[in-house]
Amino acid sequence: MTLSTASNFAKPDDAFRLVVEAHRGLSDETSAVLDAALVLVLANHIGDIDVLREAIAVAKRALTDPAAPAAGAA
Amino acid sequence: MSSGAVVQFGYSRHPDQECPSAAPAHHAVVVVGAGPVGLSLAIDLAQRGQPVVLLDDADRIGEGSRAICFSKRSLEYWDRLGVGARMVDKGVVWNIGRIYHGADQLYQFDLLPEDGHKMPAFINLQQYYAEAYLVDRVAELPGISLRWRNKVTALEQRNDQVVLMVETPEGPYRLAAAYVIACDGARSNLRQMVGADFDGQVFEDQFLIADVKMTAEFPTERWFWFDPPFHAGRSALLHRQPDDIWRIDLQLSPDADPAVERRPENVRPRIARMLGHDDFDFEWISLYKFQCRRMKRFVHGRVVFAGDAAHQVSPFGARGANSGLEDAENLSWKLVRVLDGSSPASLLQSYDIERSFAADENIRESTRSTDFMAPSSPAEARLRQAALALGRDTAFAKRMINGGRLSVPSVYPSPLSTPDGDAWSGGVVPGASLVDAPLATRDGAATYLSDAFAAAGKRFTLLQFANGAAIEPPADVAVIRIGESEPLADRAGLLAKRYDAAPGAAYLLRPDGYVAARFKHPTRAAIDAALARAVGEVWS
Repeated sequence: MTLSTASNFAKPDDAFRLVVEAHRGLSDETSAVLDAALVLVLANHIGDIDVLREAIAVAKRALTDPAAPAAGAA
Repeated sequence: MSSGAVVQFGYSRHPDQECPSAAPAHHAVVVVGAGPVGLSLAIDLAQRGQPVVLLDDADRIGEGSRAICFSKRSLEYWDRLGVGARMVDKGVVWNIGRIYHGADQLYQFDLLPEDGHKMPAFINLQQYYAEAYLVDRVAELPGISLRWRNKVTALEQRNDQVVLMVETPEGPYRLAAAYVIACDGARSNLRQMVGADFDGQVFEDQFLIADVKMTAEFPTERWFWFDPPFHAGRSALLHRQPDDIWRIDLQLSPDADPAVERRPENVRPRIARMLGHDDFDFEWISLYKFQCRRMKRFVHGRVVFAGDAAHQVSPFGARGANSGLEDAENLSWKLVRVLDGSSPASLLQSYDIERSFAADENIRESTRSTDFMAPSSPAEARLRQAALALGRDTAFAKRMINGGRLSVPSVYPSPLSTPDGDAWSGGVVPGASLVDAPLATRDGAATYLSDAFAAAGKRFTLLQFANGAAIEPPADVAVIRIGESEPLADRAGLLAKRYDAAPGAAYLLRPDGYVAARFKHPTRAAIDAALARAVGEVWS
């Protein structure tokens, strides 16, 4: 199995909002804990160390995004 | 700064104003508000033979371009109202949108990736042109009494009618109507008069809207930027309009001072940074905070609300004016049936059900877009940043980037629809609106399903894919028969494909062009039953 980065949700906006809503009302620190927990839950669900490794590599590319703003338009 | 193409209309006294206060003139329908929704509704009613009084408190149009993006569905509706060609001829046609992050394009989308549709995905057209063309159309039709500078100041609901107090330059008069349709905009007076709530979400971020006149060679596309180099950390949107006018939306911070920000000398450098030059003039500048909200019910006794008066959305997605036009299209035929007694008054509840569903969908979509542009917490901002960054080279993240989800008609979960009894693979489901397709007449001329539907009289219409003997339709149901030896042929096979239709299949279309029912092998009894349900005789 290799990592799929194709769009797998029929309604991607629903998935995005669901994650956003999960963070609603949480402090920044609590949000970070939720994210960490979510990553571990999903990683376990995938259950494939090579896919997880690949996912980490793809995600790390987001850290070097040249267009990333210094601060979000919060 | 010019104020656009202002058209001035005159007030003139109407004989109704001579009626004694105790015995006001009575009309079947009074529409309040001569904006795009009220005008379209009045035209639709008049074309169906229903006389209508149309009141507006102003006497001019053209204060700023306001709504500019008109959807395929709206154009198909306007085409049936006799103004489609004029709108498209003047408008700027577009199908393509592009999303940028920083200086780079993340992706582009095509809102009409297939051929064989009469109307494009969108046109951009200043609202004042749309209104002016609608006013011209009103003048061509018998049965519409359009009264400028007639302001409704009071409303009294009775069991059998509504009585309005109307203020004019020559003093007030009273007017009675079986039904009043309130199309009087987001700040609706009539909504306050019936005491209805109008609750929802207010967005703190402010958006600057500038229409600038310049000659430019940008393609006719919708361009949306997240964090562009010329407007760091925020979003921007560019649309082309007719007459070398360009619409620019710039997101500002929640704490920007509106009085300061809307001054032309402060807007100019922002726009110049975006365009890379200073060679433009302002047509219109406006500063907005957006709200997404709706009335709980759109039908209040004999007063029915449509357009912004009933529901308000943020502008990302072009869901304001377009959803108002869908309201008009949905309401018109139902109102006519209720007034002529061919349907029970409860048919109007289906307007509330169907258009409430659409309003919720429009509010949900435009709220999500606005939230994505202006995240409300650090966690949300991080998720957005991740989606934008991952969107550079992953398909899944591109689809999560929300720079506006553009208006498409809702698929109504409707009591008027007959659920499928056959197994269909695709096609147009009951509750969905007519999908256009190219057809050929017997002498080989090119036409469209949308034309055939309009020609059939905007009635209930049975779209039949010929296979042997035709089914005799119920009274007052028009028929469009498709086949090689029929008046219309599906030479390209696109109609059959889009409707998943083998020979023998039939679709029952409502007068607003929505699918009421469909059958692979229809019987007259099944069609009768579907029709009874679609006109509100049988409430499912």
